[in-house]
Amino acid sequence: MRVVVDFDLCESNAICMQIAPDVFEVRDDDFLYILEENPGEDRRAVVEQAVQRCPKQAISLED
Amino acid sequence: MVRSAVTIVGASLAGYWAAETLRREGFEDRISLIGDEPHAPYDRPPLSKKYLAGDLDDDRLALTTTEKLADLQLDLRLGCSATGLDVAGRTLEVDGAVESFDGLVIATGTRCRTLPGTVGLAGVHTLRTRDDAAAIRDALADGARRLMVVGAGFIGAEVASTAIGRGVEVTMVEALEAPFGRVLGVEMGAVMADVHRHHGVDLRTGVGVDEVLGEGRVTGVRLADGATLEVDLLVVGIGVVPNTEWLEGSGLTLDDGVVCDGTCLAAPGVVAAGDVARWPNPRYDGLMRVEHWDNAVQQGVHAARRLLQSDEEATPFAPVPWFWSDQYDRKVQLAGRPHPDDEVRVVAGSTAEHRFAAFYGRDGRFTAALGMNRPRQVMQSKGLLEAGASWEEALAFASEWD
Repeated sequence: MRVVVDFDLCESNAICMQIAPDVFEVRDDDFLYILEENPGEDRRAVVEQAVQRCPKQAISLED
Repeated sequence: MVRSAVTIVGASLAGYWAAETLRREGFEDRISLIGDEPHAPYDRPPLSKKYLAGDLDDDRLALTTTEKLADLQLDLRLGCSATGLDVAGRTLEVDGAVESFDGLVIATGTRCRTLPGTVGLAGVHTLRTRDDAAAIRDALADGARRLMVVGAGFIGAEVASTAIGRGVEVTMVEALEAPFGRVLGVEMGAVMADVHRHHGVDLRTGVGVDEVLGEGRVTGVRLADGATLEVDLLVVGIGVVPNTEWLEGSGLTLDDGVVCDGTCLAAPGVVAAGDVARWPNPRYDGLMRVEHWDNAVQQGVHAARRLLQSDEEATPFAPVPWFWSDQYDRKVQLAGRPHPDDEVRVVAGSTAEHRFAAFYGRDGRFTAALGMNRPRQVMQSKGLLEAGASWEEALAFASEWD
């Protein structure tokens, strides 16, 4: 599973960081950083929730 | 527990996610998704922002791709309205024709309040749907020069922001003393007012609209303080009312929305989600109805799962609400549920710079976090709110910031 963020869409609402802080981080510069590009399968449900609840639909998963 | 055909009334965010969730959970029977707009499910937040500015095409508004929508194998009926429901008889009426269901998701949302005496007057708009937004976008593109926004809530603030970005003269009229005052209180409302004025909006607070002027088309507005302003475009953002008229006599409890139990169940086999649903969130006193994007997603998911669960399996729907609003180059986010007279403390940044985080507290409880261009801090605060942090604990956490 690979996490892909469309940074043209991302507006740093940071909801992904709250749902999966081990994968996403919005830093004090207001930009999103991907901490773990290839999270383990055990994180799939959580990362899928981040995909679902991103207000900009900027996150996708590639298998 | 629902085993056969589910009907979802309302094809916007909550309805779409209910359908997606049912399939994700393995539900294989028929799912009918009924929407009264002619468009496939689309996303509303851009309507007052990029779409209004003309920077986003219709197809970029879609909630999902055509392929993914087809994969859900829905009986998708657009341009259709539910007109009646009989809970005991397990039937509903769609455009006058009766059909049966086993499970029902009510996600009919809300509609905008309008100003009295403006029906049929050209140049007067509300903003809820894609067609509403397209009409305002076209009016701006056609050279509207003087916009008045009535109501300084999210919709009004975002429309003002977008119009200012297009070089339009904007007056914003708010009946309360401060924008967002009923939500954020006077102190933070004043910060919001400062942001609008900083960007050139003629913001007039504590004044209502007396009369909208014009024959066939709006030409001006007379305010309650006697001022008369020339206006060629009027956008009214004075709140919404839940779409529940079709449910009268259905057997459901209606009171400023569809009243549900803590699990989103309104009656056996009937759930409600999104702006139209009112339920007892166990985190807060009384019933709650939330008109925000994230709530529609989460409640759509929760309500769909509820349909597939037994009473014993059902869990309460207990989110800490949050929303965002993009105004000018500022991102405003609020997590939690402040009371306008809560204590407010700025815990990071400065309100003068329009980049800060502020906490709301009451009786030793931490009630909400407001941020302007502070997404990291707001989301960390949302975690604290979910964990039930006290006021002291929240302040101690924030003392590490900056």
